Amino acid sequence: MRRPKSLWVALMLMLAPASVGAMPPADPLGSPMWTAHARTQFGDDPVRFDPRVIVSFPMVAENQRAFPVVIDARGITGVRRMILLADLNPIPVAIDYRPVHAAPYFATRIKLDQRTPVRGAVQLDSGEWLVSGGWVDAAGGGCSAPPVSRVKGDWADHLGEIRGEVWPMASGQNRVRLSFRHPMDTGLVENIATYHLEALSVTDADGRLLGDMDIWASVAEDPAITLMVDGGADAALRVAARDTNGRDYRAALTLARQSPMPGGR
Amino acid sequence: MLSRRAMLGGMASVAVMPARAADYTIAPVAVGDGIWMVRGADEPIEIRNGGAIANIAIIATPAGTVLWECGPSLRYARALRQAAEQLTGTRILRVYVSHLHPDHGMGLAAFDPAIVAALPGTIAVLAAQGQGYADGMYRLLGDWMRGTDLILPGRAIMTAQEDFGGRSLRLLTLSGHSSADLALLDERSGLLLGGDLVFHDRAPSTPTADLAMWRVSLDQLRALPHGGVLPGHGPLDPTGIAAIAQTRDWIEWLERALMRAVRDGLDMVEAGDLPIPTRFTRMAAARYEVQRSVAHLYPALEAALLPRIEIRSVP
Repeated sequence: MRRPKSLWVALMLMLAPASVGAMPPADPLGSPMWTAHARTQFGDDPVRFDPRVIVSFPMVAENQRAFPVVIDARGITGVRRMILLADLNPIPVAIDYRPVHAAPYFATRIKLDQRTPVRGAVQLDSGEWLVSGGWVDAAGGGCSAPPVSRVKGDWADHLGEIRGEVWPMASGQNRVRLSFRHPMDTGLVENIATYHLEALSVTDADGRLLGDMDIWASVAEDPAITLMVDGGADAALRVAARDTNGRDYRAALTLARQSPMPGGR
Repeated sequence: MLSRRAMLGGMASVAVMPARAADYTIAPVAVGDGIWMVRGADEPIEIRNGGAIANIAIIATPAGTVLWECGPSLRYARALRQAAEQLTGTRILRVYVSHLHPDHGMGLAAFDPAIVAALPGTIAVLAAQGQGYADGMYRLLGDWMRGTDLILPGRAIMTAQEDFGGRSLRLLTLSGHSSADLALLDERSGLLLGGDLVFHDRAPSTPTADLAMWRVSLDQLRALPHGGVLPGHGPLDPTGIAAIAQTRDWIEWLERALMRAVRDGLDMVEAGDLPIPTRFTRMAAARYEVQRSVAHLYPALEAALLPRIEIRSVP
């Protein structure tokens, strides 16, 4: 039986964009999940690896439930979005940040479920993604062990507690540190449903959005987040967050004191 | 019954014949009258050292041989037993395990548990957390750990002294590096065996530390009349005070530096990169231990030092 030639042409046209057009560049880390994650996260946007995206973490994953990571893209202009991604985590994306009036920088702590690449991906105004990162060796179970506050049973007593402070920086921006008490349940532990902070925004006294982010359960229990936002010496900031049960979190920060050694790096 | 790990190990050896790790080299060095030191590598626990990083002591007594610590794995402890019995010509009749960390006592299955002594607090915490340490050691060391299972010391130390045919060993119940830290004073040689309360030219580790209690314990050791100090890690300190002072200096600096880092707004990655004072330059594994200590200590310092900022909603 002969098939019409046009059917083959149509099939080829359907397959072509997926197999050729969106092929991401070869991964210097050789991750088995790179191609799949790149397609999901970056779609048809151009992608390249760029060491100016500085992804910093300690030399040893001492605690696979809370592994600190900094993504610093301050050496790149026109960054509109930043993603923290751990390829082999069951919840690969930890944070998706839009630094609207803020430096392209954030620090946090994530769970590690096994040895995995940990990457920062930043998107430029042009749409292009720049990616960097490295392998982290870790013991298993960061995502599939219950949070400490679940084991202790006191998570609900502290839910809603927020700590934080603002420091002036030499650049004129302000460094904001926030930490929330939250179990950040992954849903991967038996009989504990997914429950995590999912959105966070920082605004100034005039209500101007400085930065906002989506947050997933691969961020460590009791999330700690460091940002660098625009604003002067009289900064009065508002923080708003929401978790997956719809609970709202509100905090207010003022630049209360001048630190003797402000802002770290 | 075969453990899952032993079965996996057995199957793997049939299927792919993994390279067997090299044997441990036990090289005792005399450090006093009838007492020898087996030096651990001043490194993190790594494949290349088989986890043999803790210092160990062999003490000859008229009644038999006493071991201070027995190392990270069954293979290590067997080699240690053989070397010690050859050295002294007598059987081992007591093994002390100073605290819960696996580089010091994981190999105790090479001995009858009834002769292995530890503080009651050490036995309790090993029962609760030892399996986690065993899993971690298998992950880090692979074949070096073959056959090693978590076994609890069979003898809880309830006395302040043990006498072996006239050689008297004083047993000091302390804490701070962990919830229960044993130190031992050999009255014959005057040597103080500090366990991991005392590090020397090797940065102290803090995974289970209570720094305030650790300082109290170090002050007690310093006040105790003794000769040299055999530290848990690093070279022998013949002066008896340098290693104790250095350990105290380090943990005091560490705590102050991390508190200042929290107050100055540093994140954990940045705190782990803080400059280390030049007086600690000779300490091995310093940066590695600073970064570990940040993981151990920083969240609690943040919870203590950062102010509450939430706005309580109006009902």
